[in-house]
Amino acid sequence: MLKTEELRINIGPQHPSTHGVFRMLVTVDGETLVDLKPVFGYLHRNHEQLGEVNSYLQNMPFTDRLDYFNSMINNHAYARSVEMLAGIEVPERAQYIRVIMDELSRILNHATALGFMLGDMGAWQTALLWGLREREKILDLFEYVSGARMMCNYARFGGVARDIDDYFITETRKLMDGLPHYFDDFEGLLTNSEILLARARNIGVLPKDLALSYSVTGPVLRASGVPYDIRRAEPYAVYDRFDFDIPVGTVGDVYDRFLVRIAEMRQAYRILEQAFQQLPEASGGHINPKVKQQSLKPPIGEAYARVESPKGELGFYLVSDGTGNAYRYKVRAPSFINLTALADMCKGYKLADAMVILGSIDIVMGEVDR
Amino acid sequence: MSDLKTQVELEEQGVLFSTINKLYNWGRRSSVWPMQFGLACCAIEMIAAAASRYDISRFGSELFRASPRQADVMIVAGTVTKKMVPQVVRLFNQMPEPRYVISMGACATSGGPFRDGYNVVRGVDLYVPVDVYIPGCPPRPEALLHSLMTLQSQIDMQSLRNVRWYGDENDAVDFPVPQFGAEGLEIAGFPGTADPVGGLPTMPPFVSPALGGRGERNASISYLEGNLPKPMLKSGSTHTVHEEVANGAVA
Amino acid sequence: MALLLKGELRSKLQAELPAALDVRWANQATAPETAEHAGALPVLIEDDAVVHAAQIVPVAHFLRDTLGYDYLSNITVVDYLAFSIMELVYQFYNTTAGGADVRVRVRIGRTPEACIVPSLSPTWPGANLQEREAYDMYGVVFPGHPNLARVYMWDEFKGFPMRKDFPKTGDKYTHVTGE
Repeated sequence: MLKTEELRINIGPQHPSTHGVFRMLVTVDGETLVDLKPVFGYLHRNHEQLGEVNSYLQNMPFTDRLDYFNSMINNHAYARSVEMLAGIEVPERAQYIRVIMDELSRILNHATALGFMLGDMGAWQTALLWGLREREKILDLFEYVSGARMMCNYARFGGVARDIDDYFITETRKLMDGLPHYFDDFEGLLTNSEILLARARNIGVLPKDLALSYSVTGPVLRASGVPYDIRRAEPYAVYDRFDFDIPVGTVGDVYDRFLVRIAEMRQAYRILEQAFQQLPEASGGHINPKVKQQSLKPPIGEAYARVESPKGELGFYLVSDGTGNAYRYKVRAPSFINLTALADMCKGYKLADAMVILGSIDIVMGEVDR
Repeated sequence: MSDLKTQVELEEQGVLFSTINKLYNWGRRSSVWPMQFGLACCAIEMIAAAASRYDISRFGSELFRASPRQADVMIVAGTVTKKMVPQVVRLFNQMPEPRYVISMGACATSGGPFRDGYNVVRGVDLYVPVDVYIPGCPPRPEALLHSLMTLQSQIDMQSLRNVRWYGDENDAVDFPVPQFGAEGLEIAGFPGTADPVGGLPTMPPFVSPALGGRGERNASISYLEGNLPKPMLKSGSTHTVHEEVANGAVA
Repeated sequence: MALLLKGELRSKLQAELPAALDVRWANQATAPETAEHAGALPVLIEDDAVVHAAQIVPVAHFLRDTLGYDYLSNITVVDYLAFSIMELVYQFYNTTAGGADVRVRVRIGRTPEACIVPSLSPTWPGANLQEREAYDMYGVVFPGHPNLARVYMWDEFKGFPMRKDFPKTGDKYTHVTGE
């Protein structure tokens, strides 16, 4: 037998397959991974300290930059947290608008995330460009309604910044008409592809009990077999009025996460259909007119509100001391906590699989490092 | 306009030389290959610019090289943190000449919305010289394409007679890599912490090569003091506003 | 397992693990006073589930094994500089029954000798990165943690940035206009 030696290799922070500035110190024995140590902090922008310096409304554009793919969802979660702290009511129409933006974000995020993951596997650029095509159409809608493609800054305390009009509804309906065909195309191209099956089946397995004890959330948890979705477990906005399924995997490998994300895109489409049907009967306007946005001073107390972001449970913990700035502002970032499981998921697999597993967790460094 | 002027100047030096110069620059400007270097949210707009809708490939830049040894331009897209800056400078040092830097977005230009932070660098031009600055948060992909066109016109104006990578003086410089200190970054040539928390950076930014810089910093530190709108601050603030900059004159 | 109502955790802990409850915070008279702020602690008076730091691991196991709260969502550190207290808030959820969270609080001092909480990570790996973040940002030490190193700042950095007495750039922005 030849004597082998373990090699320590550094991957990142600048690397073509890294999802942002993320560094991994891997120890390999031949091609097999023996140990993995992640290094964070290359994008640590002291977001939480800024939350204490800014007023509550000034913090809203900063939450855009946390999970920079889904700024609408970050805004929604933060607005919910402040509303819980200050006891603000949100009219029904605003809730429906928030749900519509959330589900559009979900489709956008999963399409792009799967594109990135397939790019890591070697399907360089093709799947990514397919995902980005749908993303561009949805970004046009976001730009119409909020003024910016990515950093939307759309939610306010008690509703949303601007109402949606008939043009938006018609254009979204047109986009939605093309979506089932797009999902079928995507699935038809990829789900039974031999290369994807060879590179994703039984890779990066995360068993069910380990997933729970690692505090993993989102599609990664559901792919491991735990049917926990915040929209069902603790419904917020108007999610209790919609009829949708929670896709759950069995094995917990990369392939299951792929299937779960595609299924979630289809369920998001279902929710969008129902939301548009129920929207005309919603009462109220797009915002609670009695709230003073800029000089908001919530009473002393604390609040924690969470939403089901496409990456997991995104929550904002706020402590107020009665003034216009938060006393403590903490973000429970799903990507950061999902990375706790990365080392265990990668051990025993090949070095090239580490990239694919990282892609399947779907992290975004703005959230991980805050 | 400057294109025509340079063209006239070059043709005064001889038709053969100016044609070779034009051909040389045309080859370089039509295939500017960026390095894959996305840091934060601006990286997503960079990817969108490389995707099929905004198609950076029309400009010859479709090939994002992973290795700095094969890249022409480093698009610093996103917030540069103190933890990341040594890596940025090292990567820039590894790029062979001719090399350019595009600073994309407000964060890379001057710290952006996160400027008041203990881990954020107030502009990547404090550590590497920048050719083109793009404002925006994030800038649209069209803005990135416009910056690429600006870079291309800068390349067009370069003359073989005085580029820094040919010629007798061999001016290739290695930019100093900052070290991690107890309270911040420490860099050669500036005592103590280079960018202390609660104060302003102790060093001025590099002069842009577009303005003729060859690796030296600006002489005056007043480049760093920004315009702070006074009514937004509580009274008793310790920030000073340099008079010239506040009145709009360029220091 | 059924969901706990508000205040029910305290009675359950009193029944099963009475040594864990930190009853000093139940009312003003018994709350630990600091010299400068005698009588000014109403913000922190809390009658539900404040536990002693040394007992956090048995309480977490009790929640997971007996009451079914098997998902640790969040560990937050809040720095109450004026009262010389650091508070850690642990949030647990029940995945089978869904519903709202249960918050368990630990209150410790701010000095290096007092800022110690036993680590939950050996038996509950989900707390690993969160405890490292608490150490990096606030200086809370967790004995028993497999790898208590800084997670965001570089290793040579001195100081704990999120503490209220760490020097910060920038003044507080407040809008005092009418809207």
